[in-house]
Amino acid sequence: MNGDAHLFPPPPAAEPPAPPPASGGSEEDARHRALGMTDDEYDAVVATLGREPNDAELAAYSVMWSEHCSYKSSRAHLGQLPSEGARVVVGPGEGAGVVDIGDGWLVALRIESHNHPSFVEPYQGAATGVGGILRDVFSVGARPIGLWNQIRFGDLDDPANRYLFGGVVAGIAGYGNAVGVPTLGGEVGFDDSYASNPLVNVLCVGVLRADELVLAKAGREGDVAVLLGAATGRDGIGGASILASAALDEDSGAKRPSVQIGDPFEEKKLIEACLELYRGGLVAGIQDLGAAGIACATSEIAAKGAMGMDVILDRVHLREPGMSAAEILTSESQERMLAIVDPEHLDAVLAVADRWDVEASPIGVVRPGGRLRAYHGGELAADVPAMSLADAAPRCDRPVARPDWLEPAWAGSPDTTDAPSVPEALLSLLDSPALGDKSWVYEQYDHMLFLGSVVPPGHDGALLRVGDTGKGLAVSTDGHGRRCLLDPRRGAARLVFEAALNVAVTGAAPIAVVDNLNFGNPERPEVMWQFTETVAGLAAACRILQVPVVGGNVSFYNETGDAGIVPTPVVGMLGLADPMPERPPRLDQAQEGMELWLFGPQDTEDFAASDYAAVLLDDLSGRPAPPDPAAGLAAVAAARTLAANGTAAVLHDVGDGGLAVAVAEICIRSGVGAGVEVEDWRELFAEGPHRFLAVLEPERRGTPLTVPGRPIPARLLGRIGGDTIDFGRLGSVPLVEAAAAWRQAIPRRMK
Amino acid sequence: MSIAVATFPGTNCERDVVRALRRVGADADLAWHKDDDLGGAGAVVLPGGFAHGDYLRTGAIARFSPIMSEVERLAAAGRPVLGICNGFQILCEAGLLPGALIANRDLRFVCRWVAVRVEDAGTILTRAASEGDVLRIPLNSYEGNYQPAGDVRTVLRYDGDNPNGSTDAVAAVANEAGNVVGVMPHPERAVEEVLGSADGRVLLEGFAAAAAG
Repeated sequence: MNGDAHLFPPPPAAEPPAPPPASGGSEEDARHRALGMTDDEYDAVVATLGREPNDAELAAYSVMWSEHCSYKSSRAHLGQLPSEGARVVVGPGEGAGVVDIGDGWLVALRIESHNHPSFVEPYQGAATGVGGILRDVFSVGARPIGLWNQIRFGDLDDPANRYLFGGVVAGIAGYGNAVGVPTLGGEVGFDDSYASNPLVNVLCVGVLRADELVLAKAGREGDVAVLLGAATGRDGIGGASILASAALDEDSGAKRPSVQIGDPFEEKKLIEACLELYRGGLVAGIQDLGAAGIACATSEIAAKGAMGMDVILDRVHLREPGMSAAEILTSESQERMLAIVDPEHLDAVLAVADRWDVEASPIGVVRPGGRLRAYHGGELAADVPAMSLADAAPRCDRPVARPDWLEPAWAGSPDTTDAPSVPEALLSLLDSPALGDKSWVYEQYDHMLFLGSVVPPGHDGALLRVGDTGKGLAVSTDGHGRRCLLDPRRGAARLVFEAALNVAVTGAAPIAVVDNLNFGNPERPEVMWQFTETVAGLAAACRILQVPVVGGNVSFYNETGDAGIVPTPVVGMLGLADPMPERPPRLDQAQEGMELWLFGPQDTEDFAASDYAAVLLDDLSGRPAPPDPAAGLAAVAAARTLAANGTAAVLHDVGDGGLAVAVAEICIRSGVGAGVEVEDWRELFAEGPHRFLAVLEPERRGTPLTVPGRPIPARLLGRIGGDTIDFGRLGSVPLVEAAAAWRQAIPRRMK
Repeated sequence: MSIAVATFPGTNCERDVVRALRRVGADADLAWHKDDDLGGAGAVVLPGGFAHGDYLRTGAIARFSPIMSEVERLAAAGRPVLGICNGFQILCEAGLLPGALIANRDLRFVCRWVAVRVEDAGTILTRAASEGDVLRIPLNSYEGNYQPAGDVRTVLRYDGDNPNGSTDAVAAVANEAGNVVGVMPHPERAVEEVLGSADGRVLLEGFAAAAAG
């Protein structure tokens, strides 16, 4: 098989595709509306084509112009996010962001949501979320080396939420473990608003050599488009438009056929086959098939190369006969990639695929002229400008309005006039699923494969070494819906600082961000206000920390009925430790006699959206404190220095639950008590930003503990030792009791 | 003689095993499941993963791969054959070890550190260890619950907590001759202190010595 002339005879004279069957105007309306498309958008398609679209074309436009694929509500705002920096090789818009970590090594990372599919079918929804994010990362030439996931559910006292939680964790485990990529961390959150809209965001990191980078771009005229991987079936048709770009309702179970089914074994073979193709220099461009399947991949890859493409749909290997052109074009069957191959390399590509038992079908050829033409049964089934599908969705300028309830909420505040029983309050917090031990979750995930997990899951940030390079990568993912509800701008900015601190405590410098923005219905002005405020907060914090945003995902319509989720931006922070510390701090390394220090500002006031307010007061009011840029930068610099130079045995961000919970976590994980003195009980539970704990050997006291130019308050809080967590006159908790509450927080609810 | 590390489609621990064996000084290389010639290798490891996806009984397809005839030949010749995790399942399925592995007691995948006690120091895996040694090694499996068939030669037993419901807390077994061993936890994941433990070294060193002999 050589040359495209043999493979692809000149297409028949390009007669326009058959028009839709004659029907009245009202039925026409029903046709596009049933696909989730507005009347205005339909008119724009007609204007683009100069005629009515046929069913196949309409199916393709409806998915490609959906919110999920086109970012039509969000794109105008996302431009605020800084995306440039010295390390950025590939910014937003490709399969994955790519940054340079030196010595010829690149890191690819990406985050994606799979919220609606996971609500409709938790196991497969979560599993295919993992599969999709992996393909994004290996589509740029990288070997995926780690997965992180951000998952959020309603109250575990409700069996429906336990079903979703258990199913999502099992789905992530089932796919991630079998595909052979370790799951190294993430975050689990709970809030009533997630009960009918759980969140499943998955982040993947991969590594590659600089000369292995591949982009999703059509090469030259005559190059062949080869579809690799699983057969195309009727699963997942309309997933992006029907599931991901509309609010769900009581009949969401009926949308189960729009959820794709994952096959991690097929993906594993596909990863190995593609990596072998890259090493051999056999592909000119490649793209994964995700939302909108072949329609998306062929139009995007052609549009990015300023080329066109002829596609013969009969050549697509199908799972079942009799599929229509529209179904083949928009099927979201998983585990497929589209490679652009020089005809000279075609035989070699097919041989590599054969070695890995991966099916490969040459389905198209790159043509000049910018048209995407799809043939089916010898007839032209679709004929559209590639650019119009890929990049010309009408933008939406959604109205923005601050919610009315916000001012009254800010006027209030959680009542902290009366002191609680500190031991009882601490035990209640440790027993809450949001703060309790997450090993029930991460012990279902293979988190040790590839022998790189130096700081494993269950820490502020995970640290993994990159082969034998001496470099370490740290990743933290952070979200906080309640705080962002009370102040999306401050809440989002604080997430960036928190994530930066979480990678800094492993010894890494923050170098890049990916974000996943989970919101309700953007057609509500209040939701758009939350969204625009969030983007402004993220942008400001990223500029202060000088970390570029190299990719992201926007997930709107997280509503069922009238109930929307609390605004939940998630920040994924990548850090680089070069060289990797020999003995990075870990939570389990505190020992009798060591000193416990608190670095950062003192705080007795920041209770708005705190866990103390949520768990003990059931209160959601007040206005969260804003981040303090100088304090935030100083905390990151100090933590990084203490970790990198081996000064600290333990470094721990003071985050959710406040100081008391942070101290308890160190004690429980290390199996030793501590004595802590504070003047005001509020300091134990307030959640002000930019603070961390350090456990140091006493003889380290002579070591400079701050970084020149970045002064930070540091004070000796107490000493490690004994078998209680002792707060002096405020009371004490036996270590075994604290450990039991913390360890059982999730298992006792999931029994 | 060198060690072949068999790779099936779906295997995922093969490179970790090669890396760990080389770290203890062994000469190890990957072998593809379609190979029916191991290039003179005198020992073989079947590493962990999900050979052929494990959509049927684990190992049920892998046992028919061409490489398995070489594995059987080495086993019959008394040469060292080690199955780790999924490799253990394949060896049971191929009839080279007695018994079978079924789903964990709690029906959940388990990835965590476990303690195992050496019960028999006379096998190709444990010859450098001593009976009674307790080793800390990661477990990583959904079907790690061992069910014996008849008398089995128990090599390692879980110490303390039984993580998967395995009968008599069995974590590793051998054939009668002690040259074919299946082990459920992953010794290759415990060869460096920076990753949490180097207790797996004594097992891989023993295996490497047996392979060299």
